[in-house]
Parts: sequence; structure tokens; C-alpha cells
Amino acid sequence: MDIESPLLEIRGLRIEGESGEVWHEIVKGIDLTLRRGEVLGLIGESGAGKSTVGLAAMGYARPGCRITAGSIRFDGLDLARLPESEKRKLWGPRMAYVAQSAAAAFNPAHRLIDQYVETPVVHGIESEGEVKRQAVDLFRRLHLPDPERIGERYPHEVSGGQLQRAMTGMAMACHPDLLIFDEPTTALDVTTQIEVLAAIKEVVRHLHTAAIYISHDLAVVAQMADRVMVLRHGELVEEATTREMLANPREAYTKSLWAVRSLYKQEESSRDVVLSVQGVAAAYGRGIKVLEDVSIDVPLGRTVAVVGESGSGKSTLARVITGLLPPLAGTIQFQGKALPPALRNRPRDLLRRVQMIYQMPDTALNPRRRVRDILGRPLAFHLGLTGQARDRRLIELLEMIELDARFLDRLPSELSGGQKQRICIARALAVNPDLIICDEVTSALDQIVAEGILKLLLRLQKDLGVSYLYITHDLATVKAIADEIVVMHRGRVVQKGPKTTVLTPPHHPYTELLLSSVPEMNPDWLDGVLARRAIAAAG
Amino acid sequence: MTTGTKEIPTPTVRRGLLATAWRELKRAPISAWFGLAVVFAYVFVGVFAPWVAPYGEAEIVGAQYQAWGGQHVFGTDQLGRDMLSRLVFGARNTIGIAFLTTALSFLIGGIIGMIAAIVGGWLDQVLARLVDVLMAIPQLVFALVLLSIFGTSVVNLILIIAVLDSTRVFRLARAVAMNVVVLDFVEAAKLQGENILWIATREVLPNILPPMVAEFGLRFCFVFLTISALSFLGLGIQPPTADWGSMVRENATLISYGDITPLLPAGAIALLTVGVNFVVDWFLHKTSGLKDGH
Repeated sequence: MDIESPLLEIRGLRIEGESGEVWHEIVKGIDLTLRRGEVLGLIGESGAGKSTVGLAAMGYARPGCRITAGSIRFDGLDLARLPESEKRKLWGPRMAYVAQSAAAAFNPAHRLIDQYVETPVVHGIESEGEVKRQAVDLFRRLHLPDPERIGERYPHEVSGGQLQRAMTGMAMACHPDLLIFDEPTTALDVTTQIEVLAAIKEVVRHLHTAAIYISHDLAVVAQMADRVMVLRHGELVEEATTREMLANPREAYTKSLWAVRSLYKQEESSRDVVLSVQGVAAAYGRGIKVLEDVSIDVPLGRTVAVVGESGSGKSTLARVITGLLPPLAGTIQFQGKALPPALRNRPRDLLRRVQMIYQMPDTALNPRRRVRDILGRPLAFHLGLTGQARDRRLIELLEMIELDARFLDRLPSELSGGQKQRICIARALAVNPDLIICDEVTSALDQIVAEGILKLLLRLQKDLGVSYLYITHDLATVKAIADEIVVMHRGRVVQKGPKTTVLTPPHHPYTELLLSSVPEMNPDWLDGVLARRAIAAAG
Repeated sequence: MTTGTKEIPTPTVRRGLLATAWRELKRAPISAWFGLAVVFAYVFVGVFAPWVAPYGEAEIVGAQYQAWGGQHVFGTDQLGRDMLSRLVFGARNTIGIAFLTTALSFLIGGIIGMIAAIVGGWLDQVLARLVDVLMAIPQLVFALVLLSIFGTSVVNLILIIAVLDSTRVFRLARAVAMNVVVLDFVEAAKLQGENILWIATREVLPNILPPMVAEFGLRFCFVFLTISALSFLGLGIQPPTADWGSMVRENATLISYGDITPLLPAGAIALLTVGVNFVVDWFLHKTSGLKDGH
């Protein structure tokens, strides 16, 4: 390997990004070397410059960004100086990019296979017939079902995980030398993620392609990469081979990256029940039932985590409890009294007692209203607070969520993702609720920010005694926050009980699948799980 | 992945509204400057018409059809009234009525459109179909019919055109509000128990304002032209009130003698329409440019 010159060599790369007519340096002198057939992992929190570096490795700077210094040598060519027209000849045949959201990257109006053959045919590498034949091979290797015919489908006709694999296949259509994977599994469930990871790993290994794998999840990178670089604020924090990095990370920052995984809440029980859902069934319109015979009890001042993959009915359950979707059958009791099924029949005081926090803080806050109005409105509406009393309460709320009075007059666009989520928490807390429904509240945040939010939620529960119904697909979060766990699958509760009981064997088969799909900080984990599953399937 | 998602307080730079407006203006293209100048000139002339105009609105000051020059810059009309003064007062009447009508149509169409989007379901269907029916009849013909039923007065004119025009506003408001009402913050407001009017004005309206303001400019032009067309047909603003549409009609005979005087009010209409559209184009360009990213 050492005799061979590196495929990609980046030296002293600096990139600036524009925000409000001011240029800020977002990549501050990165060196990167990638040999042929090697997989390099790039990790860091959002804003670390991972994606920017990943795109720069292809000689591309996204609109609003510019490469100001450094060289990007790819197989003897300096991409930082190459004209656009020359780079275009490389993009596709020699290097390709796999984006986070395959659903957004595919054109919904064309069949998969037509989008697949476009690049090789346009670049005149192969004839259409030959490309299609190869595509079937590649689809088979990616473990896509029905590889001969899946190409004839449209993007909306296949699942998210299949689409992500199809996109990986498309990127490999020209057998490029370099592949950039930008968080390819972040938007997927753990059970789907493992299939995509396995497929990517096998194909990259088989074709001996060099790759840069970008993720904020160290456990995922550990499965894929030979070597890992940790980035922060556009600078390199540390670089080591994967095994060395996992065995003994040198920098405190690297250690903090997986701190959220070590967060663990001591489970407590409570006699009193604040919310009791009994035998609830629900459906959208006259469609098939999304929930079937769901029964859940939320103890007072405790956290119940509802776990399951997407489509398991977790969020629908939240809609039923909040009254947005009246159930077809079953009852909901809140503080010992029956809760009216429809939102409009609930008295205002009841609305105050049940609050909700959403997954995407970007859409949960009105972009045109300032923090003062966002938090002040529920205070005036439910508690009748005005003038100075309201201002005092606003400051108190901001202090509760570890922000201060300076934030009162900001618009949501002037806040970071974590700060926005804190404002959402404050909005829910403002009216002294008894139950807060948290719908994947940390899923859109990176791990360090998520850890801060989880700690905040725990502290607030301790101080205020509020109960949480915490919906999530991430088991690390469950360990960190839950007292009790409810596992849902296809609209039914498959297992429930105190946290330690659910997490210790024997499990329900679906709980087992869910638990075994969570990536571990062990580079051999993926191969191990796949081998065990293969044996189980054979036996 | 944006650079602003770090968990540290970011310093904010807040400029005053005037300063921001001035900064935007300095970077505006020449067409926008031209449009703004035209609009402001018209508004000025309209507001201060009694001081700007050399003679009164309906004052007969000379012989019929006097030529340009001398005491009467643009000559006199078919009754011997000063053409320039009539043009100046016409600005006030035509623009004022058009503005009132457009504002009313936005009030009606905008609120009903947003409510249709927020409530959805059968109410949305009923309102949308009702609007479809109203829109199926050509607007000018419909307006003529209604005006001849209810009689021609300024109030009737404003009400009828506002209602007919609000159907277009309804469609736009409903369409853009549809994209907003699905967002979580609207659901959050519903869960708090907020009523529909509050959700419409506080949560939805601020987020659909840019396309609505742009549409306001365009609608204003259409209303303006409709009123002028109705006046030309004799069912709009009634004499002796000066109005550009009827002024074209009253002096139309002069065209056969090679006199371009009747084209002056027509030109005034055309110039304002062009000016307003330049401003709207610029505004649309600005707001759509700001909407990319997060």
C-alpha cells in the first residue's frame, strides 16, 4: 500500500461560508489523505464542517461557500484549481456522492433504473443494456428484494432503506474510485440502518472503492471505517485508526462524543397513575388501523418511553392522547377522569395540563414570532399573566432552560437547533403542565446537544415532578431517560414494563431485533450481528 | 448542516426597520427605483390634488376642445374643463377607489382563504366550490350585470368588484396557507386551544405575507384596469367626477382628428401599471431570494 501514491490528498484546506454578507471560515486548514480502497470516517457534531470537507474532496463548494486556500489532489489533478467543466467529467465516473436523504435525491417522476443508467450513459462509459445488466448484479449484491425488477419501480414504491441502497448502487454505477457517504443512515430506523450498513460495507469491500464516510454517530463509523478523523469547528481534533480511537481516545472532546450513550437514569416507580390509555384503536379516515388495542399507563412524575420503528404507531398514539385524532375504540383517563376524545370538547384547563414537544424544532416554532411572543402567549392565554408578572415568568422560564433574558427578542432563525428545542420545552413548561408528550425530541439534534436536552428534561422532572411520555426510536435515549418502556410494533404493544425488565432477557422477538440492531462501539459488532443472524436464519 | 447550530449564544445584529429598508433600497435595481418614483408621484398628486391642479375638478374654464398650450397645458375637454386638472383629480379618484377595492378584496379573500386552509374538511370544500362557481363567470360581464342590478354608485362599485376579486385572493391565500397549516407550530397552537381567527392572524398570516403583498400589487393593477374599463363603458365612476377611464371615452372623438389628448389618461393608467409591476417584481425577487435555506 505504501508504495502506491494516495488517491486523494488534501493539504491545508480552508473554506469560507457567507452568512449575512460576512464571510466566516468554516474549514480551518484540514489535511486529509485517502489511499485506494480505504474507508475514512469523518465524525463531529453539526457545524463541524464534515459535509463541507466531504464535498470539497470532490472539488465542490456548495453555493455560499468558497475554497480560499489549500490543494485537493485527486489522482494527480488539483481539484481546487481545475475548471468546472473538467471537474464535471470526474463527477459520476470517478467520484460519486451519496446524500443523507435518498428520498430527496431521487427524482420522483422517473423509474429507479432510468435514473441509474443516466450517469454511465451520458459519460459514454457503457451502453444502456450493459449498464442495466450490471445494475441487476449490484442490486443483488446490495440485498435489494427482486433485483431483476426493482429498477422498474418509482422511488415512492420502495421503502426508505431500499431507496438508500438503490442510491448507493447508483453512485457505484460507473465504478468510481472515490465515494462520499454523507450520513446515509441517519434518517433511518435502527432495524433498517443495519441492512443499509451491511450492504454498503459489502459493496465497498467487494469493489475495493475508497470512501469517505461522514456521520455524527461514532458507533456507525466504527463499523464502516478503517481510520477516523474527528472534526470540530472546522478543525481536526484527532485522527487514528478506528480500533485505536475506540480503545483509547486521546482528546476530551472525542470522549464527550459518545457521552450520551453512557447516560443512564436510575429507574424509579410510582404508585399513582397520571395517564391511563386502555384498549385504544385508531385509524386515519376509513383506512387500516394504525393502532390496535393499545394500553399504556404513565406513572406520576415518571417517564414512559414508547419505542418502535417508524410506522409502528408511536406518533399516532401521541395524536390520540392530545385529541387530534379521536380513537375508534378504547378510553383514556387523565388524573382519574375520562379525557374527552376530541380536542374541541376538552376544557381549556385540560389543554393546559397536557403539553407536547415536537421532533423538529425548526417547524415547531413560528419563524415570524419572537421568543417573547412564543412563550408569552401561553402565559397570557392559560394563566392570564400580563405586564410585569409575565415578564418575570418569562425570565424564570428562560433560566429554567439555561438561557437568559437576551434571548427574549430573538427570532427562531437566530437560535441554534438546541436552543430552539429548549424554547419548545419552555413553551410546554410555561403553563405548569402535568404531562408532557415528547415526540422524538432529540432525534434531529446531534449527540452532544441531545445530551444537554436529555439532562435538562431529567432535571426538570426532578424539580417540577412533571410526567413524560417519551416517544423515540433510539434505545440509547431510552436508557438515559426512561423509567418504564413500551415496545410498539405495527400498531400493537409487544412488550412493556419497568426499564430493567424490558432490557434484560428474555425479550420478545421484536424487542430482541430492536436491541441487537443498535450499533455498538466495537468495530466487529456489525459482522458479529450479521453472522449470528445468518446462523439463526439457517437454523 | 449549517454553521449556526452550535450550542453557544450567537450575537445578534438588529437593525432598525428604516435602516433595513434603506439598505435594501440602495441595492434595488433601477427598474424598482423607477417604479417606486412613479407610485410615489401618483400618490402625491392624488393626495394633494386640490393644490396641484390649476383649476377645479368640474369647473368649466373655457371653450370646448381647446388646443394644448397657453393657460391650459393639455387643452380642455368636451365641456371646456381643464384637461390637466381633470387628470390630477382623476388620479385621486381612480387610485383611491382601486386601493379601497383591493384592500377590501384582500380582507375578504385573505381571511376566508386562511380559514378554509386551517379548518379544512367540508367547509374548505364548500368554500372552494363556491369560489369556482363565481370564477366561472367572466369577471367584467359579471360586474356589468351586478352593477345594472344594484345601480351604479361608488359604494356599489367598490363592493361588487371587491367581492368578485376576492375569489382570486381566496385561491392564493388558501394555497399558500395550506403549506403553513401543516407545520407543527400551527398544531401546537391548536393544542393550546387557540381559536381560528388567532391562528389565522398570528400564526399563518405572518408566514404568507410576502406572496400576499406581491399579489396585492398585481391585483391593484387589475382592479384599476377593471374600474377604468367599467367607466369607459359608462357603468363605473359617474360624471362629473373625473376618472381616467371615462375621460378616455368622453374625448375619444378627438382621436379621429389626429389629437392625442384622449391618450393622456390612458397613458397615465399604463404608466402606473408598469410602475407598480416593477415594484412587485422587485419585491417578489427579494422575498423569494430570502426564502432559501433555513
